[in-house]
Amino acid sequence: MALLDLANPHRFLAFARALVPALALIAAVLLVLGLVLGFRAPPDYQQGETVRIMFIHVPAAWIALGAYTLMAISALGTLVWRHPLADVSAKAAAPIGAAFSLICLLTGALWGRPTWGTYWVWDARLTSVLVLFLVYLGILALWRAIEDPGQAARAVAILTLVGFVNVPIVKFSVDWWNTLHQPASVFRIGGPTIHPVLLTPLLVTAAGFAALFLALHLGAMRNEILRRRVRALRMLAAAGAEAR
Amino acid sequence: MDLGPHAGFILAAYGAAVIVLGLVVLWVLLDHRAQRRALAALEAQGISRRSGSGADVP
Repeated sequence: MALLDLANPHRFLAFARALVPALALIAAVLLVLGLVLGFRAPPDYQQGETVRIMFIHVPAAWIALGAYTLMAISALGTLVWRHPLADVSAKAAAPIGAAFSLICLLTGALWGRPTWGTYWVWDARLTSVLVLFLVYLGILALWRAIEDPGQAARAVAILTLVGFVNVPIVKFSVDWWNTLHQPASVFRIGGPTIHPVLLTPLLVTAAGFAALFLALHLGAMRNEILRRRVRALRMLAAAGAEAR
Repeated sequence: MDLGPHAGFILAAYGAAVIVLGLVVLWVLLDHRAQRRALAALEAQGISRRSGSGADVP
């Protein structure tokens, strides 16, 4: 199936109907496997047992950044290519991305207390992730503030692209500034610095989170298409009632 | 399994992730049901895209 075929909402709904259960199943299998591998892995020589928080904290951060990147591409789709499903994709991704960034913040605080002695510090990495979460909330608020989906889509697309400047700041904050947060240890020049026994459960859980994100995103896109269909039919009914 | 003196932090982190993700899954499922029901109710009233200008709208 070509990507352009999915521009037809009817075809997209059929595509999502087939794919969502399969992705949900893959996510469940990978997350259970990641959980088992994560809790069977030996404790870290420095952090001890608390290293297990890494297996959900780091993938949540990756998905939060990935979801925002997807929204930025969707924003281009809305403003430049005018793809009919671009704003549907952006709107569906926002609450899910916000949820993953919230998980990142919560698990980070719970990891920070036993590791650093504090739940929170205003360093560049933590602050930029908080800004990411707040941008997500701002985007969600803007979607709700404008009733017409077309107008809302254009306004949100501009805000999304402006907010995208924060994504490289989150990624490179640990290199650009002195931070309490550790530097990159997986996606870095020279390869990962994490031992394979800890890296494996991290990557398995990350794959599980990615599958879950895709399942939720496609599901939320399907809901948004149905919501717009309901709105169109209600407007049709109202126009019919006025004509009589 | 002994998670050591910081077991509470580890379990709270996993619990928070399960609660937040559970709420998102629930939101998607309930929203899907609500939209399907709203669509079915409209179609039961004879309102559909095929009703065109609204002539068939009751």
